[in-house]
This record gives sequence, structure tokens and C-alpha cells, in this order.
Amino acid sequence: MRRRKIDVAALPGAAATQVDDRLTLATPLRKAFNKVFPDHWSFLLGEIALYSFIVLLLTGTFLAFFFDPSMQDVQYNGSFTPLRGVQMSQAYSSSLHLSFDVRGGLFLRQMHHWAALLFMAAIIVHMLRVFFTGAFRKPRELNWIVGILLFWMGFLEGFCGYSLPDDALSGTGLRIASAIVLSIPLVGSWVATSLFGGEFPGDVILDRLYITHVLLVPGAILALITVHLALLVKQMHTQWPGPGRTNRNVIGVRMFPGFAVKTTGFFMMVFATIALLAGVFQINPIWLFGPYRPAVVSAASQPDWYVMFLDGSTRLMPAWEIRFHLAGHAYMIPAVFWPTVVLPGLLTVLPLLYPFLEARFTKDRQHHHLLQRPRDVPLRTGLGAMAVTFYLVLFVSGGNDVIADKFNISLNAMTWAGRIGLLILPPLAYYLAYRISLGLQQHDREVLAHGIETGIIKRAPDGRFYEVHQPLGPVDEHGHSALEYQGWSVPKKMNRVGALVPAIRGFFFPVERAPERELPEAPISPAPDRQEISSH
Amino acid sequence: MSRHAETEQFDVDDPRLNRFDLVREGARRDGVRIVHYEPRFPVPGTKREKRVERTVAGLFLLGGLAATAFVVGYIAWPFHYVPGANVNKLYTPVLGVTLGLTLLLFGLGIILWGKKLLPEEISVQERHGGASPRDEQRLTGATMMNMVDELGIRRRPLLRRAALLGLLPVGVVAAAPLIGGFIQDPNRGHILAKTAWRKGIQLVRDDMTPIRPEEVSIGGQMTVFPGIPEGNTNKYGDSPTLLIQLRDEDAAALRNKLAGVNQGSMWRNFVAYSKICTHAGCPASLFEQQSNILLCPCHQSQFNITDNARPVFGPATRPLPMLPITVDSNGFFVAQSDYKQPVGPGFWERPDETTQD
Repeated sequence: MRRRKIDVAALPGAAATQVDDRLTLATPLRKAFNKVFPDHWSFLLGEIALYSFIVLLLTGTFLAFFFDPSMQDVQYNGSFTPLRGVQMSQAYSSSLHLSFDVRGGLFLRQMHHWAALLFMAAIIVHMLRVFFTGAFRKPRELNWIVGILLFWMGFLEGFCGYSLPDDALSGTGLRIASAIVLSIPLVGSWVATSLFGGEFPGDVILDRLYITHVLLVPGAILALITVHLALLVKQMHTQWPGPGRTNRNVIGVRMFPGFAVKTTGFFMMVFATIALLAGVFQINPIWLFGPYRPAVVSAASQPDWYVMFLDGSTRLMPAWEIRFHLAGHAYMIPAVFWPTVVLPGLLTVLPLLYPFLEARFTKDRQHHHLLQRPRDVPLRTGLGAMAVTFYLVLFVSGGNDVIADKFNISLNAMTWAGRIGLLILPPLAYYLAYRISLGLQQHDREVLAHGIETGIIKRAPDGRFYEVHQPLGPVDEHGHSALEYQGWSVPKKMNRVGALVPAIRGFFFPVERAPERELPEAPISPAPDRQEISSH
Repeated sequence: MSRHAETEQFDVDDPRLNRFDLVREGARRDGVRIVHYEPRFPVPGTKREKRVERTVAGLFLLGGLAATAFVVGYIAWPFHYVPGANVNKLYTPVLGVTLGLTLLLFGLGIILWGKKLLPEEISVQERHGGASPRDEQRLTGATMMNMVDELGIRRRPLLRRAALLGLLPVGVVAAAPLIGGFIQDPNRGHILAKTAWRKGIQLVRDDMTPIRPEEVSIGGQMTVFPGIPEGNTNKYGDSPTLLIQLRDEDAAALRNKLAGVNQGSMWRNFVAYSKICTHAGCPASLFEQQSNILLCPCHQSQFNITDNARPVFGPATRPLPMLPITVDSNGFFVAQSDYKQPVGPGFWERPDETTQD
């Protein structure tokens, strides 16, 4: 019998031909491999969010195998001695079990929590990048909207997850959430009792939050991320202005191998950061808080950081309650309603509309694929600074009791500082950001016209001192260059224009010989020959 | 047109073409021009290239070492909780540091590989954004309008109205079973307005023991629960109450100010307030004994206990309801009745304040 020869080297090619024969993949596959990615550090922020989400899915799946959301009353007899014999819900007990009696359980729980915090942080920083550089402009308004929805989905997902362990802090958070729902006019009490299956806390809310946390919201987030990325592929990346970069192209490296290798490495780094945080920094030590009981709370009850701005707005809200009578019955809108329902509503609607408002006011209907430096759009930068300041005042106020305690300030003074700051600081931030943008713009143009400041001071024969400037282009009789600003950074240091010899490689000792080459002629006019200073 | 012609001219089987020529042509057909492409080390095998290679290899090997350390730590390090300071407490840090190092080293290695060993490349991709050509828009628009015409909805108003009318209840059918199961009437049993307290129910501690007046220190406070089965559990989340014995002068001040429904609710110098904050429902339980203020740690609402627990600072708008108490024939504290106002956070149809001035 003759043995059939199998040519191993030809196998992948043969397999590929077979697959293509059935799916006609050659062209679209190559097109995907050849997609060009522009390179800039600020484009990595969204990737951090994406990779944190992958870590969340991995760790969350593990946790779901051990966590039981039941609100059944049980007695704890796990290995954490201080809580042994304490009555608690099955949910809290299984969270403790997961933390102390499952190998690596605490590590994965902390990874899950840290990844969630990083996910939200990356989303916000990514949004700031997109806002301040104008990446949301036409044709990317839809992806901006998807991004905002992703933020609120992440917010909801985080809150549900935070509530699940049923420790004292998560129960307190839920208690406040129920008060927020109750405060909604007309339907509040119906919605609250329907959500909680009766009176707070009831015995179904954790089961409901659980299915929301592990199926509904993650499903929505996954779907939104798919749309987000599909739109990105379809509309292609924005890029910073630069040599050869126009509104009609994208300059960078192709997806394979250049981009793929770097992004894989970056994924590993994000994963590594979460692992290190989870191992070394304790997060949400639920065993210290004890089980939730409506009568128990401690000072410094703070939610996760991304909820703190709403906690802050609730704290700063004056005691304003609307009461009125209608047909012999009393009705009211509680004070909680404004900072926790109306404010987040505004904070959703305003950014959703922003791209359209800006286009309307600037009468700009063009497609934009080149990013703007924040300094070049002072108005938008000012508005952004205003929004960030507003957020920060609320955020800091969310921890005003801790600040009051640590810095020995009156708690009431902190509240008043927050109330006043919330009104005064944002306009101030707007003004400063606007002026700083203009200043930076002016400096860019000054350098383009006069050249780089070399730091060399000369003295003219008439006794006048002046600084030598290195022009960036041909100069006219006044020493001015007629260079146009290109929307990208202008070199402002001499080593940016090659005035310095490149450093020799090597960490402790040089690994290469200094190149024996003629030093470039000094870019500034050569110093006049030194003359002996004679004493006569 | 010209591109088409070029495609025609390009012969993929031309033996003079090397593989990169094919790569370049593939990219060109995808609208990508590879304008700059050169190896990082034009002369292979130089000392510097070897050095970068060694560094990347070293990072991978160290990563493998850290991964091994992780596996060994994961299996061998004791992890069960043991009270006191011991190595078991280091289980999570050991996992975190070893896993973090593993991933960090691999990540660094991969990035270094990409940045130092992959060829330097600059590619330019054309952007074909914007609207579809006008003829395409027209053709698709016509196709869509034709769909409407084919259905004949415009020509047959009866059908249109009947379909709409019929679909309305169908929509409700889809929503009803999904939402209907959740709906609970807040008015049934007046769960938002009532608590577990009733006439004669004892005030008990967390361990369900009743309380005698002499067991509360002067100026002191105590959290009490209704003395019924499960009275101290989350089943009666609205019922926790603060029992306070006021100093003589404070009690006199409060007695002078007792408003509306609160009259007759005190027993001698003792007063009992709901512990559930009227703002967002947290326990308003931080008691400042000197200033007679109850502070809610969630949003810093402050209540003056010598003035009907009136809110004096923060976002709360309504006083904490007062539980009418007395002492029964056995000398234990009991409730005279339920709270006379709804306990806890406000809601739309909440009955009006009667203690308000």
C-alpha cells in the first residue's frame, strides 16, 4: 500500500482555500487586516474601558457560581469568626463565604470591584477626550449618544452590583434608592412598591437586582459596545492634524500586525493593573460593615466613586419641598426628587443634545475627521471646564463629612461651601479656561511668527538686551515668518527642531559609539568670535 | 476607472513579484497605501537587535516565572481565615502581585516586540465617508416607497385603521404579562403610612428584652424595636425607634413646644422618635448629646430633639415622627399607638403634616 503524502506546509493554505470556497472571505478578511489605526495616547482611553469590561465579564462569571442573592434569614457559621452566629441574609452569608472559604474568591471579588471602578473612570476620561477634541462632531453624533448610554448603563450595573452583597453599606444605598424612586411625582409609590415587592426592604429585591446585574444590563452593555465599535469601524477613526493628515484619509499602522500587537500588550497591562490593585489594595471589605439592618449605619457612608456626585448633590440640596392641596387631598414633591431624578435627567439630556446644539450655533454642517486642540475652541473648552467643575464640586461634597472630620472643619460650613461653590466655581472655570485657551493660541502664533525662544540673551552695542529667536521658516525683513497655524502643536523648545545631538543609548553604560558626524551647524546665527577682554 | 485598469494589469502570478508586492497590492485594493515600510534593523543580527531580542525573551521568561509563582501560591498558600496576624492574610496579595507581574511582564514584552522589532510602517487609508451617491439614494427610496404601495396601506384606509385599532390591545398584551406581575398597590394595608407599632406593644432592645425607664441613662439614647416576633428584623424596616431620656430642662423645653399630634406622646422625660430619616430613609442615629441634635450620616440632615425633632440643617424637610409611649403596669415601656404620621421619606400622595406650624 502506498502511503499518502501529507504536505504539512501546504495544510493551512489548503484549509484556507476550502473555507473561502464556502464563505467567500478573502476580500473582507484582508480588508479587516488592512484597516489603518492612527496612533495617539488619548485613543487608548476607550480601550481601557473595553478591557476592564472583559475583566468584569470573566471575574463576574466566576462570582456568579458562588453568590446566592436570597434574602432568606440564615445564621452565619463560616470561617470568619467575628461574625459567627450572627443572623444575616443568605446573600451576605454567601458573599462572606465567597470571600473567606473559596480559594481565590476574595481576590476575584476585589478584581471585579476594581475593574468596575476602572471601567467607569475610563468611560468618563474617554468621554472628556471625545468632548474636548470635538470627536463627537458630525458624522459621529450617534456614537457619542451610544457612549452616554454606555455610561448610564455602567452606572446602573455598578449600583446593582454594589447592592448585591447586602452588607450595611449596600443596604443603605438601596434604602436611599428606594427613597429616590418614592420621590417621583404621581407614580413614585407605585413604582417603589412594585420594585421592592411591597415595603422596603421586602424579600425579593436582591433576586431582581441579581438578574438585572448578571443578564439584563450586561446584555445591554454588550449590545451597546458592539454598536459603538461597529460605528467606529464603519466611520473610521478621527485623527490629529499633522503632516499629510487630511479630512479624507487616516494615517497610522495597519491592524495587523502593528496595532494588534500593541493593543494585546495594552490589554495585558490593563489586566495587570487590575490584578495588582485587587491583590494589594482592599476594596469594599463587606465583613467590616456587617449585615444590613435598617437601624444601623455608620459615619462616612460613601457610595462607589462614580455615584458620589449624586450623593453630593443630595447633600447640598436645600430643604425645599413642594406641598399643595388638590381636591381635598395633600400632595408633595420631596426635596430628594430634584438632585437625584431631575439633575441626572439634565445631565443626560444636555450632553445628548450637545453635538446638535453646537452644530446649530456654529452653523457647521461639515463632516469632521480631524480633531481639534481644546485651545482652538475656547468656547467648548470653557463649557467643558464648567461642567467638570460642577461635577467636581458635587463629587467633593459627596465626601464632605469625611473632609470635615479629617480637616477639622464644621460640617455645616462644608455644606455651605459646596452650595456656594456649585454656583460660583463653574462660571469662574469657564472664564479661566476660555482665557487660558486664548493665551495658548496666542503663544502658538507668536512662536510661528517670531520663532522659538532659544534662551540665549544678547546684548546689542547700544546696551539693549534681547533674546535670540530661532525662526521656524523663512523670514521677512522684520524677522517674521509667515507660517500658518496647522491645528497641531508648534515646537517651542530647541531640541524639538533637532538642535540637540540625540542621546546615546544605554541605561548604565553606552551600548553604541557616539556617531562620528559633523554637528549640524548651529541653528542660530554663529556666535561672534570671542575677543580677548583686554585690561587696557 | 484608473484603479480598475491597474487591477487588470496586476498579475498575481507574475514570478518577478515578491510576497510584499502582493501585500502592497492587496492593501492598495483596500484603499490603503503603505507609504513607508522598513525593518527596524536594516542589517539583521546586529548587536542592538540581539539586545532587544534578549530583552523581550527575558520579559517573557520572567513572566513565565511569575505565572509559576502564581500557580504555586494559589495551590500551596493557606487561604482560610484565621483570626490574628498570620500568613493566610497574605493570600490575596500573593495572588495579586504574582498575577499582576505575570501580565505586566508579558504586556511589556509584547509591546516592546511591537515597537522595537516589527517593521516601521506608515500607511494611509482613504476615507470614503459621507452620503451615498444620489442615484443610490433615489433607488433605495423608490424601493421603500414601493413597499408601502405594495401593501396598499394608503389606498385602503379601512385596513389601516383596523390594523392600528387591533394592534393597540395586542401591544398591551405584550406588556401586561411582563409588567403586570410586578405591580403592587402601595395603598393596600397602607404600607407606606403604617409601621409595626400598635397600642400596648413593648419597646424592646435588639435582643428582644423589654426596657424599664431606669435602664436609660439621663441624656442617653437607645435603639428600640417593636416587641413582636421578628420585630427587630428587616421585615419591619420602618419600625426602629430611638428612645431618649432628656435632661430635666430639655424635657421641659420640649413639653412647652409639643406640637399637634405629638401632644401626650412623651412619658415623663422620655421621648421616642422614629429612627428613619424623613429625607432618604437612612437611620438618623448620630446623637450629639451636648447640642441635642440627631444627625443622619447619609446626607447630614440634623434634627433638634428638644423641638419635635424639627430639621435644623441639611436637606430634610419634615421632623422625625414621634412615637407615643407610656409605661405599662409591669413597669416596661409600651407604645400608646402607631406613629401618627407616616415614617420615612416623602412621596407624592403622602398625607399632609399636621404638626407643621
